Amino acid sequence: MIAGSVVFTSPWLLVALIALPILWLLLRAIPPAPIRRLFPAVTLLLGLRDDDSVSDRTPWWLLLLRMLAVVAVILGLAGPVLNPTNSATISRNPLLIVMDASWASARNWNERILALEQFLDEAGRTGRTAAIATLTDLEAPVFQSAQAWRARLPGLTPKSWSPSAEAMRQLEEALPKDQTIETIWFSDGLAREGRETLQQALGAIGSVSVMQTDQPALALEPAVFSEGAVKITARRDQTALEQNITVQALGRDPSGIERVLAELPLSFAASAEATQGEIVLPAELRDRLSHFQIKGTDSAGAVALTDDSLRKREIALISGRENREGLELLSPLHYLRQAFAPTAELIEGALLDVLPANPDVIVLADVAKLSAVEDAALREWAEAGGMVLRFAGPRIAASEISRRTEDSLMPVRLRAGGRTVGGAMSWGAPKTLAPFKKESPFFGLDVPEEVRITAQVLAQPDPTLADRVIATLSDGTPLVTRKQIGQGQVVLFHVTANAEWSSLPLSGLFVSMLERLAVSTAIAAPTAEELAGSVWKPLKVLDGFGTLQDGGSLSGVAGEMLADSPIGEMIPPGLYGSSNRQIARNVLRPGEELSPAIWPATVSVNGFNPAEETLLGGWFLSFALGLLAIDILASLALSGRLLAARAALILVALAFVPEGAKADDSVAIDATAEVVLAHVITGNRQVDDTAQAGLLGLSETLFFRTSIEPATPMGVNIETDELAFFPLLYWPITPDQARPSEAAYEKLNRYLRSGGMILFDTRDADIAGFGSASPNGRKLQQLAAPLDIPAIEPIPADHVLTRTFYLLQQFPGRYNGRDVWVEAAPADAERVEGMPFRNLNDNVTPVIIGGNDWAAAWAMDTRGNTLFPVGRGMAGERQRELAYRFGVNLVMHVLTGNYKSDQVHVPALLERLGQ
Amino acid sequence: MSTTPLHLRVHAEQQAATLPPLLAQAEQLASSVLLGEHGRRRSGLGDDFWQYRPMQPGDSRRMIDWRRSAKSDAQFVREKEWQIAQSVLLWVDPAGSMRFKSSDTVPEKSERARLLALAASILLIRGGERVGITGGALMPRSGENQISRLAELLSKDSTEDYQSPDARGLPPHARAVFVSDFLSDISHIVAALTKASDRGVQGVLLQVLDPSEEAFPYRGRTVFQSVGGSISHETLKAGDLRQRYLDRLASRKDELTALSSASGWRYHCHRTNESASAALLWLYRALEGGTA
Repeated sequence: MIAGSVVFTSPWLLVALIALPILWLLLRAIPPAPIRRLFPAVTLLLGLRDDDSVSDRTPWWLLLLRMLAVVAVILGLAGPVLNPTNSATISRNPLLIVMDASWASARNWNERILALEQFLDEAGRTGRTAAIATLTDLEAPVFQSAQAWRARLPGLTPKSWSPSAEAMRQLEEALPKDQTIETIWFSDGLAREGRETLQQALGAIGSVSVMQTDQPALALEPAVFSEGAVKITARRDQTALEQNITVQALGRDPSGIERVLAELPLSFAASAEATQGEIVLPAELRDRLSHFQIKGTDSAGAVALTDDSLRKREIALISGRENREGLELLSPLHYLRQAFAPTAELIEGALLDVLPANPDVIVLADVAKLSAVEDAALREWAEAGGMVLRFAGPRIAASEISRRTEDSLMPVRLRAGGRTVGGAMSWGAPKTLAPFKKESPFFGLDVPEEVRITAQVLAQPDPTLADRVIATLSDGTPLVTRKQIGQGQVVLFHVTANAEWSSLPLSGLFVSMLERLAVSTAIAAPTAEELAGSVWKPLKVLDGFGTLQDGGSLSGVAGEMLADSPIGEMIPPGLYGSSNRQIARNVLRPGEELSPAIWPATVSVNGFNPAEETLLGGWFLSFALGLLAIDILASLALSGRLLAARAALILVALAFVPEGAKADDSVAIDATAEVVLAHVITGNRQVDDTAQAGLLGLSETLFFRTSIEPATPMGVNIETDELAFFPLLYWPITPDQARPSEAAYEKLNRYLRSGGMILFDTRDADIAGFGSASPNGRKLQQLAAPLDIPAIEPIPADHVLTRTFYLLQQFPGRYNGRDVWVEAAPADAERVEGMPFRNLNDNVTPVIIGGNDWAAAWAMDTRGNTLFPVGRGMAGERQRELAYRFGVNLVMHVLTGNYKSDQVHVPALLERLGQ
Repeated sequence: MSTTPLHLRVHAEQQAATLPPLLAQAEQLASSVLLGEHGRRRSGLGDDFWQYRPMQPGDSRRMIDWRRSAKSDAQFVREKEWQIAQSVLLWVDPAGSMRFKSSDTVPEKSERARLLALAASILLIRGGERVGITGGALMPRSGENQISRLAELLSKDSTEDYQSPDARGLPPHARAVFVSDFLSDISHIVAALTKASDRGVQGVLLQVLDPSEEAFPYRGRTVFQSVGGSISHETLKAGDLRQRYLDRLASRKDELTALSSASGWRYHCHRTNESASAALLWLYRALEGGTA
């Protein structure tokens, strides 16, 4: 029996509804029961008759109330189920699960995996085979038992790109044509080319249902720098509602720790699919930006990486002759200023004055001779990574610089005088440029015909010359040479920076060449032509959840592909680098729109949440109970006994009034009168109770075994409570706990700095290793990122934790996971001769990170019974004992610091005392 | 209840424990009434001097006051004020109907009735009267010991639901105090009062009622029961009965008033939520006035 989406598990019970009219008659005839009262004056009442006999019938509204209660009971017992899941999948056909697994799926990936688990479990129960095809990482679908797929689920991760039409076509071809297949498509909800044809192909071989979330997919366009501000555009696919988001600008602070540099609140108007905002950042902060992120959205689309386009390089211009007043176009710096002004900050002045500003590039236009001080300072700057860009000119041609021996700030030795070609007094035509060689940084740039070189300085032939030439004239003479100095380089253009010796500065090629040398950067993204021939190395790539991963193991990408191809497996979104330039590829291209997928009416589209099967029986029965409670009141009112009932009700209500929050001071006194262990309240009732019981167990153990006698442990709300009272905070990680506020982080950092310790417990036995697929691990990363945590390492064998009370080498909890991490020992810690331990750091480690679910192993009720099983048999009891010992060592370590470590000095002290 | 000596002892002590408080309360209540002149204003047997009168024929020589007669020629007889002690007999309804209170803020009717009766006894005994209990339970005597005997006997409960005044054992021309709720059959009350009047006994009817018996604040379907459960009456709408009940109560009071005035008695109705001392004052004045 199906009514709407409500199904009854035992519909025959509904027959009982037929009996309702009889019940109506019965109930109507029975008046409310009388009250018995003592009343001595009853003698006076004897013989008095009631006026009317109507009131011995139950009033109709009371009757209705009771009938409703009975109906609710009957319905409740009939077992109604809302949204039954088994009704959708009755078939026994093989199950094909198609997953988009794109960046847009990452926002609710856990829900997807849970739903997927349900489907697979159900398929397993009914003996259906299943196959999973992920469109972003396509393999031909293989139908095998659902259990086999179930085991592979943890390895499924969303990719940071979108499924291509090609992948959908491949899947369509790989579909088995000869059998009926039921398809469930976990869609990310975005419209995409090729989706329709695949859906039709799937529909042709069986039913298709789509699972997609109704949360809008959010994505950021690459940030653009214009008119002094960084413009950020956010897009979404669903436009119905207003929505507020916060975009964070993240980057490294001077000490190299990633921080939120700025926040920008954005709001989508109703029915707007994009919103835009501006952040104005000082140049120094702008240079530190690494990416923008939509706060609270785990998706590669919500991250916009920034590249050189947001940076303005600082360029110092220094010329040798500034004495020819008024002849602006002949100034050696004029064309450079024109080329750089739009994209870079220009600094002009004396060399020694500009060096402290640490510009990126120093341009020396026809500067021949530097003083010894200037020379040394410039060389030091260049060796530290600076770039010296020199232009030749009459002064260099006339000077003796780099003539006999190579000047350290010149790439090559020069011949005296230079040469002039194609002039009125010389033979031959002006020279043109030869095409750039493959190893040249200019490779791929078009050489315009009209560029003519009429004069240049000539390089001395030299064994090293061939390596240093990066551009030549058509006759093979070097035009641009380059030399590495330390980490920096010096580049020499063998012509002037003005149009005196060549028409090169007049051409667009000049700007492109400067750009290639990373002297200047273009605001617009480089085109394929500009990038042709270059190879770019992925520095950092985004995974589907929007976290940055090291890209070092990926192969290089050709420049034209980087510019043009859509992101995909070959070009994952990320940051690509070549020499000292960086280009970011983001999920969204500028102007790319997100639009929701439109499914034909034949496809059933389900959300993730409402699909959950809800048993309604309990609700009906409690409704009936509620009605009966009202009936009690009504009957009391009818029989005149409501007064007493009211008093009883008030009493009951008083009993349920929650105890008011304890006054602040009393909490502080409770927390400080004794040693009190504390745990962070996560908001998950079960986890909090376990943590409380665990710390209670540990406190009891400490009480019995050591001289530490802790009081009852406390739960701590890190937002509101003072942390300084507690020597140790136990912090179990749940994937759904709220991220603490900035103020709370500040409090936590203060707590850690002032000697507190936090024991992080991911409670998942560290199955996945930190930072990968485990939701708890990911949450821990997020939670701990703003914390001031020093470098950590797995507990070394000689860490003081291994011997503060018991001698331990394992730190098991309910699980015996691999590693427990503590603050790393200083690099210079050495083993002293004759001592079993290194002389380690003199601090208490501020954090301990592990996943062994210690609280569950420690947990005890008030009678001392353990609450959770650990392992099996004696081995399990041994493991629990070790867990207690770890707890004892931990608290000892917190309270006594490195006392045990200092005991290595005991022999020396005894010796000094003459014993 | 088991009858082991231990239980008996415990029960007895519980019972006895109520006496001192009752006595103390009654003493306290009695002390609030100021005793005025109590002489009978005529010559008779007594300790106080009343007058000298000339000797008349028939007076025996022993009656001559020689000290007064020596001062003159005539012989005088010394008369004392008549101080014959009055016998006052109490009847306090011990029935179950008196053991009732409608809320915790008022005392039980029986408690109030005993308190008033005992306090009045104290006053009377201090005034030299003799106080006893009707039905031959306690002969009228004077003296402080009588007070504790009264207290003991007044504290006894009856198992019956309703009782009528016991007019047996009334000496002629004595005075009587009947304290009850007078909710039992009116004919028995009439009979008792008639019997008392026949012997020339005058007295006081003090009706003690609970406030709920005056107000009848009940609604809804109710079964009204007497305290012992012997009589019950069921109604579906108690609220509808109220007016008729109040009418009946008023007529019962009227009957009592008429009855008492016809036989020279005094009648008063006292509610347990009223002050006990007011009732005591009325009771004392009524007794005093009756003897004047």
